[in-house]
Amino acid sequence: MQHPESKLNSYRTGPDEGGRFGLYGGRFVAETLMPLILDVQQAYEDAKADPSYQADIDYYAQHYVGRPSPLYFAKRMTEDLGGAKIYFKREELNHTGSHKINNVMGQILLARRMGKTRIIAETGAGQHGVATATACALFNMPCKVYMGAVDVARQSPNVFRMKLLGAEVQAVESGSKTLKDALNEAMRDWVANVEDTFYIIGTVAGPHPYPTMVRDFQCVIGNETKKQILEAEGRLPDTLVACVGGGSNAMGLFHPFLDDEGVNIVGVEAAGHGIETGEHAASLTGGSPGVLHGNRMYLLQDEDGQVIEPYSISAGLDYPGIGPEHSWLKDVKRAEYVPATDQEAVDAFQYCSRMEGILPALESAHAIAHVMKLAPTLPKDHIIVMNMSGRGDKDVNTIADRMGVSL
Amino acid sequence: MAETMEQTNTADSGRIAARFAKLKAEGRGGFSTFISAGDPNYDVGLEILMGLPDAGVDMIELGMPFTDPMADGPAVEAAGLRALKNGQTMKKTLAMARTFRDAHPDTPLVLMGYYNPIYAYGVDRFLADVKEAGVDGLIVVDLPPEEDEELCLPALKAGINFIRLATPTTDDKRLPTVLRNTSGFVYYISILGITGTKEIQADPVRGAIARIRRHTDLPIMVGFGIRTADQVHEITQVADAAVVGSAIVDRVRTHLDADGNPLPGCAKAVLDYVAELAAGARR
Repeated sequence: MQHPESKLNSYRTGPDEGGRFGLYGGRFVAETLMPLILDVQQAYEDAKADPSYQADIDYYAQHYVGRPSPLYFAKRMTEDLGGAKIYFKREELNHTGSHKINNVMGQILLARRMGKTRIIAETGAGQHGVATATACALFNMPCKVYMGAVDVARQSPNVFRMKLLGAEVQAVESGSKTLKDALNEAMRDWVANVEDTFYIIGTVAGPHPYPTMVRDFQCVIGNETKKQILEAEGRLPDTLVACVGGGSNAMGLFHPFLDDEGVNIVGVEAAGHGIETGEHAASLTGGSPGVLHGNRMYLLQDEDGQVIEPYSISAGLDYPGIGPEHSWLKDVKRAEYVPATDQEAVDAFQYCSRMEGILPALESAHAIAHVMKLAPTLPKDHIIVMNMSGRGDKDVNTIADRMGVSL
Repeated sequence: MAETMEQTNTADSGRIAARFAKLKAEGRGGFSTFISAGDPNYDVGLEILMGLPDAGVDMIELGMPFTDPMADGPAVEAAGLRALKNGQTMKKTLAMARTFRDAHPDTPLVLMGYYNPIYAYGVDRFLADVKEAGVDGLIVVDLPPEEDEELCLPALKAGINFIRLATPTTDDKRLPTVLRNTSGFVYYISILGITGTKEIQADPVRGAIARIRRHTDLPIMVGFGIRTADQVHEITQVADAAVVGSAIVDRVRTHLDADGNPLPGCAKAVLDYVAELAAGARR
């Protein structure tokens, strides 16, 4: 890999054969899983070479998911903030209410090609769980979703949605009872059921080839955005903004623009109660390289290599790591990663709801919070595209609690 | 003491090979135990560790606690978390190993765990301190052959055995890859799944051992799903050694008070149970 300081010809060639993006990525899994991971990699390579696979993905994207999603000019917010022009990529309008379905459709079609008959998934906010449960209903496959017990409580509407879709939701009681522990438990299930089970990982993390696969499935976001902004403005945007937990919606938006030199790329991490309090989920700002869940990435850990339990009001960002490609993009300085606190996200949630008539997911509200800081400092001809990765219906209970309102 | 120092300074301590040779001479399979270092706390954990050879344990796997042990079941996870809660660190784990080695110059001691605590400690520093502590080998669950450059190759270069896991999913095509840079012994995981959740079945294990023996002369130890003296007996008839983990750390758990502090006699209760299991290898 190239020296971090030297300029690269392309930022889009990774990973290498071992699944590495520079220092990050890899295949840090138990031997039981290793043959299966090699199978998944081979199956994915074969599928990519088969036009019928992409045709299937395109078919469901158009007729089931509802793609392309609009690129919307947020006129009132633009005028009110008084600076840069703000566009939203409307991933919250996808079927199931977030970008997660893009990846799930790609993976479940791969699972079917591999002859797998059972699906498992982890979920934080429940968006990936709902998307997976939805696809499993569509293809009539049994589905088990692992979800931290804390998240089960704070995202109860999504838990019920998954059950309505026929999935089994397993509340995970170990550790911090959030997304990290749901991932541990899903990996344990997978180890015990390698023969018939496909694990649909929801973010751009995990052992190779998952970070690459999930990125590829989410790149539809950035590819559409590129086309749409050229139609709307006749040029590329100046700045891209997206929230990052594991980093899948951000990677989907960012990746197609990585080699477009004039495009600034900003990921927004969950700063929880504030980076200085130690209660946050900002692994790039407050973490260091470590190995968890099959890959090396920036990780919240103590000096003894023990994982620190993250904290965020947003269940989807409440994860101690971040995808390996984001970790690398930070090191090579192609992308910038900034924090936004719980309070900033809650304020942004309410602001966006009233200004644009869009209830954003609490995850996406972190990105909005940064846009609210950034836009007023920029000239009126500066174009920002922000990924509205999910809708906020699932978060109304959390917001109500925060506002002291009982529903 | 002099002998110990000399042993830890040679390229390979030779303790593992010597122990398997001794077992062969005695005409029996070996009995190994897994405990989590510092479980339930440093003092009682050390008391348990120090008592294992006299309880009949032929070799020891000392777990390096980790917050997120993805290949382990609830029992081993809880053991590690108890140790961490009571302040266990990598430094303390290595100190325990050193104390053990000073008192027991011949019993092989292998560290087992996950990569991140080692990576955070620093691989070079870790290997130097492991060697200094008189540890004979490493089992690192989340370092498959594909990641050999991280720790396996540096460990072998430093003269520390790197013991690989083989599983029911490791087929004939993959076995040579798994065995390539392995040394000491092969750890055969007898079940598909995590520790402490399924009962071992001797018949499939017999077939698997025969299959692995076609690929290697290294001794084969079998673990996951062994909980009783009968099972220890059965497996030691088939393999070179049997290892018990979850069932033992579960004994630690049942000898704690409501606050998680060890009850009086905790170490003795665990060691008595270990002695029962060890008898299975000596029938």
